[in-house]
Amino acid sequence: MKANARRIKERIYKYIFSALAFASLLFLVGITITLFVEGTPLFKEVGFFKFLGGTLWYPTHSEPEYGILPLIMGSIWVTAGAVAICVPLGVGSALFINELASRRTRAFLKPFIELLAGIPSIVYGFFGIVIVAPLIQDLLNLPVGLTAFTGSLILGIMATPTVCSISEDALNFVPKEFREASFAVGANRWQTLTRVVIPAAASGISASIILGMSRAVGETMTVLMVTGGAAVMPKTFFQPVRPMTATIAAEMGETVMGSTHYHSLFAIGLILFLITLVFNIVAELISRRFRLKLGLGR
Amino acid sequence: MKNKLFLKVMAAVTGIALLSGGYAFAAKNITIKGSTTLLPIAQACAEAFMNQHLDVDISVQGGGSGVGIASIIDDTADIGDASRPAKDKEIAKGKENGVDVYENVVALDGIAVIIHPGNPVTGLTNDQIKDIYTGKISNWKEVGGNDAKIVVVSRDSSSGTFETFNKLALDDEKVRPDALLQASNQAVAMTISRTKGAIGYIGMGYLSDAVKGVEVNGISPTKENVIDGSYILARKLFMYTNGKPKGATADFILFVLSDDGQKIVEKEGFVPIK
Repeated sequence: MKANARRIKERIYKYIFSALAFASLLFLVGITITLFVEGTPLFKEVGFFKFLGGTLWYPTHSEPEYGILPLIMGSIWVTAGAVAICVPLGVGSALFINELASRRTRAFLKPFIELLAGIPSIVYGFFGIVIVAPLIQDLLNLPVGLTAFTGSLILGIMATPTVCSISEDALNFVPKEFREASFAVGANRWQTLTRVVIPAAASGISASIILGMSRAVGETMTVLMVTGGAAVMPKTFFQPVRPMTATIAAEMGETVMGSTHYHSLFAIGLILFLITLVFNIVAELISRRFRLKLGLGR
Repeated sequence: MKNKLFLKVMAAVTGIALLSGGYAFAAKNITIKGSTTLLPIAQACAEAFMNQHLDVDISVQGGGSGVGIASIIDDTADIGDASRPAKDKEIAKGKENGVDVYENVVALDGIAVIIHPGNPVTGLTNDQIKDIYTGKISNWKEVGGNDAKIVVVSRDSSSGTFETFNKLALDDEKVRPDALLQASNQAVAMTISRTKGAIGYIGMGYLSDAVKGVEVNGISPTKENVIDGSYILARKLFMYTNGKPKGATADFILFVLSDDGQKIVEKEGFVPIK
């Protein structure tokens, strides 16, 4: 009797938790459907290639232009810059924490780096607009401090905890025997690190970089505040640009529902969604390979 | 025993009702949504109105002019704030939903063209402003200033402020594509105050000592000049309702239009309608 009651209880729990697990899948499907339903009408109204390849963005003008190439380029430049900053910072600090730091330094450093991830992005944006932008403007003698570089710098710092934390986990997963074997055949610490540990953790590190990239490309509030928002094709890192996310955030609030402009913002969201989806799939594939390589199975 | 418990419960209920005073009886709710330009007016008026009418509860939300008018069309708010008139498309959409998008003018707003306080330029003509924003003029020395690049700051193209400025100052011509975009009046003012060569535009309510408002066609951006119509970059601010306002909503709009309400409008940096 008692055993039976327990079995029923367990079954109920199982159903509750599987329902919860599938709920997030439901949300994903819902969001994807909304993006497609609201975004695809644009391709009929404007044309797919004119949308992706056009270089002018005047969605509310009486002769509207819906070219998002400058916005895509804005996102790419800012993200590329952010990667150039967060990879050395994140992977470097992961190596330090894993290889060089004493147990006490490590216990102190890792939580603090991860704390960076907990700062709200609007705070980063405010920091960027009040402190970093004027500094860059004065140091480099630019007409304005709100540039692609400013955005990259701040996004780079924001993505660092992601890169550092996952890279450090990957380094940590490298079995102790690998190092011991390497030392046993006479390799020094540097050789062990560069020829054994890093290659063994390489796919984990790559996955961390890609996740950092998708963090950077999807970030909205910060880039809206610090990149200046000029919808032009970027020529240098030191000019204002307008990433895709900033465009949606700035324009969605006041657009007329159901208009071409409204659909175009959803279409930008759709493109962005596809980009981050590809990033995440690649990261998943790489880290799966990594687990297999170390003989940890799936 | 049972009786005592009943008495205790009654006492507690009465106590809570007494403590919460008039709020326990707040029966009428007014929801206001829309333009961030009107947000300070709507908020301050709502507070003053609620102090006088304890039975009314008003909630004020931002979102933008488009959201304000859409909330009237969808009947998700009693008052939709907008810093631009409703478009024909929006009025037609309201009709489809059986909604009469009704216009109430509650205040005036001048758009101030602002520059860095350190910039020696004090005035611009409307044509010069237009040439700067469309890209024909790109150095301050062409309009009597220093030899420095002009950093053009604009608003997101779906904001009411942008729309009004684009119509009033630029005759609907396209803003140069490399103009910076900021998503709020405060963000524009902040960018201008930190960038020596910058020019931007904001609602007059957001003018402060951190930026310099320039004369347009020789007329400075002041309340008097907006009321008498000599300052050309000015616009009306609207509170839209579904049909002629009724009940508590009508009382609130009458309050905004009253002397007390218009004093609040002025205190928030806007221009009263009379």
